[in-house]
Amino acid sequence: MTGNGWFQIFLFFCLVLALTRPLGNFLYRVYERKPTFLDRVLRPVERLIYRICGIDDTKEMDWKGYGFSMLLFSGVSLLLLYLIERTQQWLPWNPQKLPNLAPDLAWNTAVSFTTNTNWQSYVPESTMSYFTQMAGLAYHNFTSAAVGMALAIAVIRGVARKESKTIGNFWVDTTRSMLWILLPLCVILGLALVSQGVVQNLTPYTQANLVEPQTIEKQAADGTKSEDTVTTQVIAQGPVASQEAIKMLGTNGGGFFNANSAHPFENPTPVSNLLEMLMIFAIPSALTYTLGRMTGSAKHGWAVWSAMAGLFLTGVIVAYATESRGNPMLKGVNTTASETQAGGNMEGKEVRFGIANSALFTTVTTDASCGAVNNAHDSLTPIAGMVPLINIMLGEIVFGGVGSGLYGMIVFVILAVFIAGLMVGRTPEYLGKKIEAFDVKMAVLSILVSSLTILIFAAIAIVTKAGLAGISNPGPHGLSQILYAYTSSAGNNGSAFAGINANTLWYNSTLAVAMLLGRFFAVIPVLAIAGNLAAKKQVPESLGTFPVTGPLFTVLLISVIVIVGALTFFPSLSLGPILEHLLMNAGKAF
Amino acid sequence: MKKELILALRFTLVTTLVFGLVYPLCMTGLSQLIFPKQAAGSLIEKDGRILGSRLIGQSFTSEKYFHSRPSAAGTGYDAGASSGSNLAPTNQALVDRVKSDVAKLQQENPGAAIPADLVTASGSGLDPEISPAAADFQIPRIAKARGLSADRLRTLIARHTEGRSIGIFGEPRVNVLELNLDLDSLK
Repeated sequence: MTGNGWFQIFLFFCLVLALTRPLGNFLYRVYERKPTFLDRVLRPVERLIYRICGIDDTKEMDWKGYGFSMLLFSGVSLLLLYLIERTQQWLPWNPQKLPNLAPDLAWNTAVSFTTNTNWQSYVPESTMSYFTQMAGLAYHNFTSAAVGMALAIAVIRGVARKESKTIGNFWVDTTRSMLWILLPLCVILGLALVSQGVVQNLTPYTQANLVEPQTIEKQAADGTKSEDTVTTQVIAQGPVASQEAIKMLGTNGGGFFNANSAHPFENPTPVSNLLEMLMIFAIPSALTYTLGRMTGSAKHGWAVWSAMAGLFLTGVIVAYATESRGNPMLKGVNTTASETQAGGNMEGKEVRFGIANSALFTTVTTDASCGAVNNAHDSLTPIAGMVPLINIMLGEIVFGGVGSGLYGMIVFVILAVFIAGLMVGRTPEYLGKKIEAFDVKMAVLSILVSSLTILIFAAIAIVTKAGLAGISNPGPHGLSQILYAYTSSAGNNGSAFAGINANTLWYNSTLAVAMLLGRFFAVIPVLAIAGNLAAKKQVPESLGTFPVTGPLFTVLLISVIVIVGALTFFPSLSLGPILEHLLMNAGKAF
Repeated sequence: MKKELILALRFTLVTTLVFGLVYPLCMTGLSQLIFPKQAAGSLIEKDGRILGSRLIGQSFTSEKYFHSRPSAAGTGYDAGASSGSNLAPTNQALVDRVKSDVAKLQQENPGAAIPADLVTASGSGLDPEISPAAADFQIPRIAKARGLSADRLRTLIARHTEGRSIGIFGEPRVNVLELNLDLDSLK
């Protein structure tokens, strides 16, 4: 650990805080359809889209209609992506002549990008054509993010409105998310990334002539060894920056290249790294302000923000401290940080990022359901590797995915006021709405779905041949790999302990099911709560009302989140990362 | 139902056109106009031959060159198959790999502390850089192989050392490919 490292983390935190209010205000104006400075350019485009598609933007929907439209759009766009993947060899912009994808991989990937997970069972640079990346994958980065934001706004409306049957128009909310918020930010930030060295072209992969040709030992299928001289380096190219921008801003996280944001063409400098981390947190953090603004209780928005910030800081402190210590199993290596080296556990990390920026990125990308990685999570020391696992297990609500983080957090808010209500013996209220049996049942259902998905699938995987075959790191770390895969997919994160061999029929199909359950099964109960709350009468605040503002509420909210998470997942964590940590310190390798 | 389905289909096609094609193609045009060098991959050319990209590392094994970090991308620095080793900290394969690298490096520069990044594989397998400490560590070997003074090499490294962005962000580092190209041009 160095003073500079902590200072970088502190500065990042301040920048997130500074962005929250202005961006949150802008989101509020966009969704409430108030005038913005972009209207002159975007209103005509918006109107044209409505006209072509036959959308009546004056008509609002009830929660069932909203949910139905969301499912329909997700289904149709998922099928289109599947179709593109299965036919890419006949489509344009495929300079590497990459073949069509196998059905199970195409299915897994289509589900993965539709659900905002971006789990990747494949190596992109040798699998996906430029066309598939642009029109299939990057496109879904836009829509899955916009759908998440629309859902969050619909849920906020449910909390804010009184005696209303409707919670907004799905098509309008989605269109405005994409046009007003995602597109302009992507253009500006995408160009900023290019300035740092992120590539953006449609040319075939570059052939470079190596400065020093290399001799490589090859082993043929019959076991005979031969030597081969390599004189060239094939450098993968592509329209990366345009995808990188939306990948971060929409908390999607699916890399253009296999190494994701560790790849120098995706994340070439510390400046691009800082931008990418800010892009992950910007919208989820701003949405808490939008929540405060739309419900008329700015203080409630900040109380929710504070709970998220508290959990985030705890994670980053643990990750940075443990990674700085390095791996005690590696003897004869100097891991002390100094002005000339970052030290610590550098396996899986880039020199330009060092330990502080890697630990910070790891925490940010798993707090939000982004899943982009700038270092190899599989090579993190056990306790640091447990930080991303816990972040995802808590439900991706520490800022969380764009939209999904906020509506996930509102579920915990409902649970918190319910528990507070039980303690003082009064009917719980949330911003003037009585929280009743139906709301609490739906909240619990939403939380249970992802926990059950993770634990049941992981349990099956560790007792079946097909599941165990995926493990690449023996010992307790193997359990962590499987646990991480299902946690990441059910939490719609998409990062991985990437050594796991997941491009198999078993993993492709079960992970796809986990992703679908984690996205759609978890959000329907939340929409039901929104619809139910919107219809309720406002009850005036009284002395007995438990306030949803201030430090007391923030602490209660954090406690509920941590207790639910700990009770559910502690046993599995103790057999994975915690056991590995103890064995590592005892000097045991596998 | 049928009406909604047609709506969803139309919406998918229209937005695919705008966000899946118009947006990335416009970005490609804009980038090549404003930042042509970066958009093409920051390539290093000499006499019309592409020698590589300043952002993508290459393997160096000769005694005369500064070596890059170990790489798990393909057979090493394969820029068409980026990857980390994904070895867990408790994996025997990692412990053994580092042990053998440490033994080699200790022979090369006895008594000096071995910087962590010199014996660990990067996340991308394409890390173009090493820490200044890792560059310093290699001075004795290169000085001997090239018959250059250690001081001259030190000056060269200092010239190629990039500090933190605005003095705060990231870590100090040395670009191996550029350093080696300059090394070759030393008389």
